Amino acid sequence: MSTVTTGPARARARRAPWRAVGAGHAFVAGYVILLVAFGVVPVGYGIYFAFTNADNYFAGFSNFVQSAQDFRYVPALEHIGLYLVIWLVALVILVTGLALVLHQLPVRRLSGLVRFVYYIPGALAGAASVLVWLFMLDPTVSPASSFLRLLGYSTFGNVIAPGHLAILFAIIAFWTGAGGWIVVMYGALNNIPHDIMEAARIDGAGAWRIARYIQIPMLRKWIVYMVILAFATGAQLFVEPQLVSEASLGVAGRDYSPNQLAYDFAFQNNNVNSAAAISVELLVICLVVAAVFVTRSRFFDAN
Amino acid sequence: MALISRAGRARRRPRASWARAASAVGVLVVAVAVAACGNGNSSGGSSGGTTDGFKQAAQSSGALTVWVDSTRVPAAQAYEKAHPNVKLNLVTYDGDANGSNTLQTKVDLYDRTGSGWPDVVFSAESNEVSWAQPAGFTAPLNKGLLSNSVLSQFSAGALAPCTVNGTVYCLRNDLAPVVLWYNAPLMKKWGYQVPTTWAQYQQIGEEVAKQHPGYIVGAAGDTFAPEIYMWASQCQANDVTGIRAVTVNVTTANCTRMASLLDTLLKDKSMSPLSAFSSAFDKQEQGKVLMLPGPVWFAGSVFNSSSGLNTPKDQMAAAPIPQWPGATTPTTGNVGGGLWLLSAHSAHLKAAVDFITWVTTSDAYQGDLAPGLPAYAPVAKVWLANQQKSGYFANDIVPVVQQAAGQIWQGWGYGKFSQEAIWASTVTPGITSGKPIVSMLPNWQTAITNYATAAGYQVSH
Repeated sequence: MSTVTTGPARARARRAPWRAVGAGHAFVAGYVILLVAFGVVPVGYGIYFAFTNADNYFAGFSNFVQSAQDFRYVPALEHIGLYLVIWLVALVILVTGLALVLHQLPVRRLSGLVRFVYYIPGALAGAASVLVWLFMLDPTVSPASSFLRLLGYSTFGNVIAPGHLAILFAIIAFWTGAGGWIVVMYGALNNIPHDIMEAARIDGAGAWRIARYIQIPMLRKWIVYMVILAFATGAQLFVEPQLVSEASLGVAGRDYSPNQLAYDFAFQNNNVNSAAAISVELLVICLVVAAVFVTRSRFFDAN
Repeated sequence: MALISRAGRARRRPRASWARAASAVGVLVVAVAVAACGNGNSSGGSSGGTTDGFKQAAQSSGALTVWVDSTRVPAAQAYEKAHPNVKLNLVTYDGDANGSNTLQTKVDLYDRTGSGWPDVVFSAESNEVSWAQPAGFTAPLNKGLLSNSVLSQFSAGALAPCTVNGTVYCLRNDLAPVVLWYNAPLMKKWGYQVPTTWAQYQQIGEEVAKQHPGYIVGAAGDTFAPEIYMWASQCQANDVTGIRAVTVNVTTANCTRMASLLDTLLKDKSMSPLSAFSSAFDKQEQGKVLMLPGPVWFAGSVFNSSSGLNTPKDQMAAAPIPQWPGATTPTTGNVGGGLWLLSAHSAHLKAAVDFITWVTTSDAYQGDLAPGLPAYAPVAKVWLANQQKSGYFANDIVPVVQQAAGQIWQGWGYGKFSQEAIWASTVTPGITSGKPIVSMLPNWQTAITNYATAAGYQVSH
């Protein structure tokens, strides 16, 4: 405000947005407080734990070494890697595809209904939606039991065989999480300027070519955004394997993901420091992946 | 006051009010933090001297917090009924069953915050003391809290999972020796003798597979299957030799003989690969159980249970578990048998002691309501008599159960790692997919070694 010296027009221009900025700060403040309380402070706390020992002395990388030497560490990374590949590929292809199809629906009312249906599973809180799937996957009680039997699975134990877990968790995650993204993508498609679409149509482009050369390229940033967030949630996989483990009485899903391993370290071995080391590793992996996607896709490029 | 001034100024000076609000929030956060810290310090530092063998917290009146699994809710309710003046804060949790580790998780968190521990906890895991004693969660009971006249009347060996270096850290709720349950009228109808050796048992299993397909002589899909079969067979999977030492040797004859028996019968389909507690088992095997080796509590939880097989009365009978030829003394396995732990942090020790004494020794609960064989000998007699009086069983199970309780093989210990969890994730998926158990024994050995090592055990082979 000290620089209000360049004439009335400038001053007005400055003063008008100032109120908007104040309101903006107000809106952001709520988020910032929560972010600091439940994001920044716990991360700092976690990093502190990861580099100290049980007596609060600096421990270098010994917690990282100890957790990496655990017999469950490498399998957990393999599991999460496989799961992420299946989930992210399915998410990108199916969400983009379904959003494009949805956008093409000629009947507006039908489109609204379908969007609503896609979104419903996302309204269930995390653990509740996994519980729904525990019933879905048990041929004795599942509404889809005839389909499961057709695939040759007559008991819950058959369905949750160790080799199936990555795919099952991906299906559960897709069912709970993809609906929201389809609605977001649909919104993004609506934002593509009408004249560009029209021009393409006049040039003789069909639905496929419009999707391929106009819509998907213009959705790129949204897709990158989705992948970054989906990678972060996927890497922290916990509720799905934990609940499957409880439901199967420990037959499947115990020590499946790195997050579960961290949980075991903290609460079974009373080793919070090694647990924090695994959490810090997950944080670093997610940050690196996000950085790669952001820079490679020119995510913040205004044009 | 702050609110009034803020409302007065808000219209004119929005910025100042924000600063004010922000500082108010700041003050609040600091106040809460200070209060929280103060709390932590006071509860940590206000304990008295050493009484009854441990450092006790300052005692106060108030509700007694009791954690039980759903099966033990009637125990707490019966206590409330008998003691209308005592206020209970009853919390239901999973009972730590199947190695879920809930209790340890929560206690770790309470240790960190310095408050919140329950006064009394029931646990279905018989190895609970292996972590709860080093963590300082369980109070010693034979150093003054409980009189020897009570402790000495628990059945022989019943308090073994509770005892560390002669100090008793919990009370055993029930004993769970494994017996051979069988359908007496059906055995008679088909002309089978109740098997006394595993060879006879296997032979019946093979014949049933041929002559009465669909009927079963056992189930191997439970997480506690090793405690039924491998323990009874004296398989050295869990030989806890010291406070943090275990010997594991599961590829020897004692283990392979039982593994190949199970493999043969699983292949013949007269051994079910399902868990006796799965909905599929209840659906498929209702009325199809010829024999079922299992703990005493199968009586109330599997057979005479509307949520289980719902077997009618006068059918199920109990026999001693079969033996291997050449065995000098008969041995059997054991599946669980819950524990009552008393928190060393409790501020209501007197009430807590009264509670655990009552739920383990009273006729009103253990004699009349309990689903399993009470560990407290005088009340076990009452329970057995009641079981027989109910007229449910087709034979006199009292001598069978009493004998089995004294034949539990002592070579299977109570370590910090859950044998049930290890078997469940290592062997059960293979059983489900039809892989021979014999071929999975080396994997089982590796898994036990890995988990035991991770839990801080010195493993020898």
